[in-house]
Amino acid sequence: MQIRLDASDGVPIYLQLMQQIKYFIATGRLSAGEQLPSVRKLSEQLVVNPNTVARAYRELEQVGALATRPGAGVFVSPTASPLAKREQHQMLIDKIDAVLAEARHLEMTAEGIVQLVRQRARIVP
Amino acid sequence: MSQPVVTIRELSRRFGSRIALDRINLTIPQGAVYGLVGGNGAGKTTLIKHILGLLHAEEGMVQVFGYNPVADPPAVLSRIGYLSEERDIAGWMRVDELLNYTRAFFPDWDPVFARELLDTFELSVNQKVKTLSRGQLARVGLLTALAHRPPLLLLDEPSSGLDPVVRKDILGAIIRTVADEGRTVLFSSHLLDEVERVADQVAMLSNGRLVLNDSLDNIKSRQRVVTVRFLHELSHKPLIPGLINLDGSAAEWKYLCPEGTARLRETATSLGAEILEESIPSLDEIFEGHSRRP
Repeated sequence: MQIRLDASDGVPIYLQLMQQIKYFIATGRLSAGEQLPSVRKLSEQLVVNPNTVARAYRELEQVGALATRPGAGVFVSPTASPLAKREQHQMLIDKIDAVLAEARHLEMTAEGIVQLVRQRARIVP
Repeated sequence: MSQPVVTIRELSRRFGSRIALDRINLTIPQGAVYGLVGGNGAGKTTLIKHILGLLHAEEGMVQVFGYNPVADPPAVLSRIGYLSEERDIAGWMRVDELLNYTRAFFPDWDPVFARELLDTFELSVNQKVKTLSRGQLARVGLLTALAHRPPLLLLDEPSSGLDPVVRKDILGAIIRTVADEGRTVLFSSHLLDEVERVADQVAMLSNGRLVLNDSLDNIKSRQRVVTVRFLHELSHKPLIPGLINLDGSAAEWKYLCPEGTARLRETATSLGAEILEESIPSLDEIFEGHSRRP
């Protein structure tokens, strides 16, 4: 699991961790039932405070993305796929919102954006 | 709650007419990873020297593990692993001689762990200390700070001037120290991304005063950076009470809001200004803001 953290970004590190693990689950880079590194191992790998990793795992567990099996470790929840669909949508929604904000500054309508999207869809394979 | 590892009350220190520390109050609970930040001459090293008992508290009080570090050095120093930026290690010794020498001061020295660290850091015991590179010297210093498994690890600018590989060794050692047995760490650093990754509490010194002392979580949940566009171009910095003007020009200005954005929103609305962007500040931005504060 290759996570990239950016401490100069401002977003708290446990949130960056959560977002990336969610993203990996959503895109299938982590599959249902797959084991994650231990808190200790991941904190050493990423050079972050172990409490930060523990918190990200804990909160991902609360939203049903991860599951802890006592004595065995932390795993991607077997029911992570319905969440994945929602996460996939959310990822696109975030990007669309950014485009909409940009478009507003350029005084462009939603209709204009849709047209642009159609145009790009024809060009980008 | 167990007794705090470090308790500092109303500590002040003057060097001549210069105030190096100004009424510092700081409590470091057991298990905390405290990042101490501040510019050059802010008082970080002076504060650390008080904890080590190298400086006597002229005004105020310092207790470490419940002891006065000046009155009872053995009780305090035997529980501290210390690494400073200045590596004042005897150059004529070989690495193994240095380890034996240091070991004599620490009844809890763990030779197996020391061996393990030697291997991890790829140090050779036969080498003379004076022939070590800067990075190797830092690793030797770190080894001697860790090998007696101190309950308090005290690192003064441990990664200053070191390459990223050695820096990672040092941060990794902090992390293992915490992960292992919930020990306490205080480290000063001017590399704020390092502090953000590793610390859970942040204390910020500026001109001898403690301008920020909070958990990273609280800092991140309260502080915001907001970019505002005013109706007109402004030739001078528009100041808003309680907020810190970070930078900007013409009509667009960036503010650090230490306690949420309510006040800025109020002011902006009353002036007809528009809020363009709001984000969580990095420690760099927070630090910059506090150093610019009048």
